[in-house]
Amino acid sequence: MPTITIREALNQAIREELARDERVFLMGEEVAAYDGAYKVTKGLLNEFGPKRVIDSPITELGFAGLGVGAAMVGLRPIIEFMTFNFSILATDQIINSAAKMLYMSGGQYNIPIVFRGPGGSAFQVSSQHSQAIESWFAYFPGIKVVMPSTPADAKGLLKSAIRDDDPVIFIEQERMYGNKGEVPDDPDFTIPLGVADIKREGTDVTIVARSLMVPIALKAAEKLQEQGVSCEVIDPRTIRPLDIDTIIESVKKTNRVVLAEESHPICGINAEISSQITERAFDYLDAPIKRVSALDVPMPYAKNLENLVVPDIDRVIAAVKEVAYIE
Amino acid sequence: MSKQSAEPVSASGAEEKSSTGVLEAPDTDVKSLSRERDAAKMRQKGRLGGLNPETLIELYRQMVLIRRFEEKAAEVYSAGKIGGFCHLYIGQEAVAVGSLSALRKDDYVMTSYRDHGHALAKGMAPESLMAELYGKATGCSKGKGGSMHMFGKDVNFLGGHGIVGGQIPLATGTAFASKYQGTDQVTLCFFGEAAVNQGSFHESLNMAQLWKLPAIYICENNRYGMGTSLERAMSLQNVAQKGEAYGMASEFVDGMDVLAVREATARAVERGRKDHLPTLLEIRTYRFMGHSMSDPGNYRTRAEIEKYQERDPLKLFLATLKEEKIVDDKKLKEIDDEVHKQVENAVRFAEESPFPDPAEVYTDIYANPIDPSKNRSR
Repeated sequence: MPTITIREALNQAIREELARDERVFLMGEEVAAYDGAYKVTKGLLNEFGPKRVIDSPITELGFAGLGVGAAMVGLRPIIEFMTFNFSILATDQIINSAAKMLYMSGGQYNIPIVFRGPGGSAFQVSSQHSQAIESWFAYFPGIKVVMPSTPADAKGLLKSAIRDDDPVIFIEQERMYGNKGEVPDDPDFTIPLGVADIKREGTDVTIVARSLMVPIALKAAEKLQEQGVSCEVIDPRTIRPLDIDTIIESVKKTNRVVLAEESHPICGINAEISSQITERAFDYLDAPIKRVSALDVPMPYAKNLENLVVPDIDRVIAAVKEVAYIE
Repeated sequence: MSKQSAEPVSASGAEEKSSTGVLEAPDTDVKSLSRERDAAKMRQKGRLGGLNPETLIELYRQMVLIRRFEEKAAEVYSAGKIGGFCHLYIGQEAVAVGSLSALRKDDYVMTSYRDHGHALAKGMAPESLMAELYGKATGCSKGKGGSMHMFGKDVNFLGGHGIVGGQIPLATGTAFASKYQGTDQVTLCFFGEAAVNQGSFHESLNMAQLWKLPAIYICENNRYGMGTSLERAMSLQNVAQKGEAYGMASEFVDGMDVLAVREATARAVERGRKDHLPTLLEIRTYRFMGHSMSDPGNYRTRAEIEKYQERDPLKLFLATLKEEKIVDDKKLKEIDDEVHKQVENAVRFAEESPFPDPAEVYTDIYANPIDPSKNRSR
């Protein structure tokens, strides 16, 4: 299996799906002539031409809505947000149009669309360009939300998202585009949405992590193993629908849980996971559930302050020790 | 007309300006009212040429159907049979009927929450609309949409949308799809003048002209965004002129004249079909009822409403048809009886239909529902 970056894996997924299905088109700011602000869409204009790969004006509400309308009548748009920070301008179309169209039309109009782009913490771009907003979207029935953490997951899940008949929010981690891993080159390789992946098996503590937190949790688990603590690392990969069963099974085995995420702690996904664990596996818990989140502050610019906000290996290790009652 | 123009396109020059003048006069005496009414009738008569009597009668029948349907909706709303919001189309019938009569069956139509009239004019069955108002399983949206969200996929009626201006980017998307798919379908997108102040309007017009999309943006200017008059909400009140900002062809239309609306839309449709070019139509109309059924209406005067009722699109068209001897009293009675029966049938159908099965609350959320517990390979 070739080893490629997440950026290349995403590019392959989009290229393969554009080639596979004439109804798929890609639209967004700088996706075509500029080759993508993060180069995810590099070469696609050249290969598929301006009908299929379209540079949009900076008009997020407009082109998000255009995509939803096109999806109502038979196309399968991939709408790129240069970053998910800018999707905030488009939330009316994502939430009020895409998520609800099938329901309020009594099943007549489904919306096969992918909204994708980088999200989460970036490097030193302050408050408006560096934030995790997946919980906003995951709140709404009618939407699916995917957050891959490896090149193989990125490719397999994006291909499934493009083939899916519902609106999918696909959030790539801005810091992780260069991360490398093995990816199958079979054009039929896909990963089903809604299935968690156990990234590392263990017996003492369950760490649930997604996106940027997955490699951090894995490194923490390695260090903890040296101290005799065996961690199981679960990546839900899709946060709506959430594969809670896999998490619950792990909790029943380890009896201790750390939930790691780079979003704010209040009303985040981990608050939801924590609640569901409490409802379904309370009697199995040997310690209170511990969350590791971004600090509850807007992202600062200064490097030392930014490092305080984004959870790191040390904070994950400290949390694991806390639930394992290790000094 | 296919030529791109930064100027608002006026098909008939001075005549349109004078019809605009009528609408802009704040206070008029009875004499001038009747003068204007007569002038409007003369203009309408000038548009009769080339239209066969069947077409004219069908336009009238559709307008009567919408009027009677809406009156009945108001009645059953007041009787507590239907809930939620209910925005009536009374006074604006000529806009939906005139514009949709210029379309082909496979063209797309999308509108706001004031959607009953457009749905009827697009050919949806009154039964399925009334049942939707009643929240019944047989409603066009299975009782899940209600008054604001009528959808009819079989006739390409892409719905009533509830957020002011939200449907404008969506309609831009269906127009984009038509061009992408290589069809010559056009999309009609209706919205009120208050939606013009939303960013979605401006973002959409920019994209539609930039990419030459066959979208026809129809601003139904009824002068009020809920209780706020145009004068209190819009710095430049000339909506058609806003097309100039995007280099888009645009036109003023007298929305009380069903034939004027039909003609203007036909010009826009041609522009869309032949050259994939968008158009902005500002169709000046007036709603005779409140914004919704709960509107106290204390922001406008009785005199103002009466002024516009003098130009009631149904009355105006009926007078023309009678004077031109296109309908006689016998034919009129036939139409009234037929429409009456349709509306009564619709109510009976709605009354007798079942409410949705409770299990329906969980359907239609996803086209591909995923149950993670079944998906796992482990």
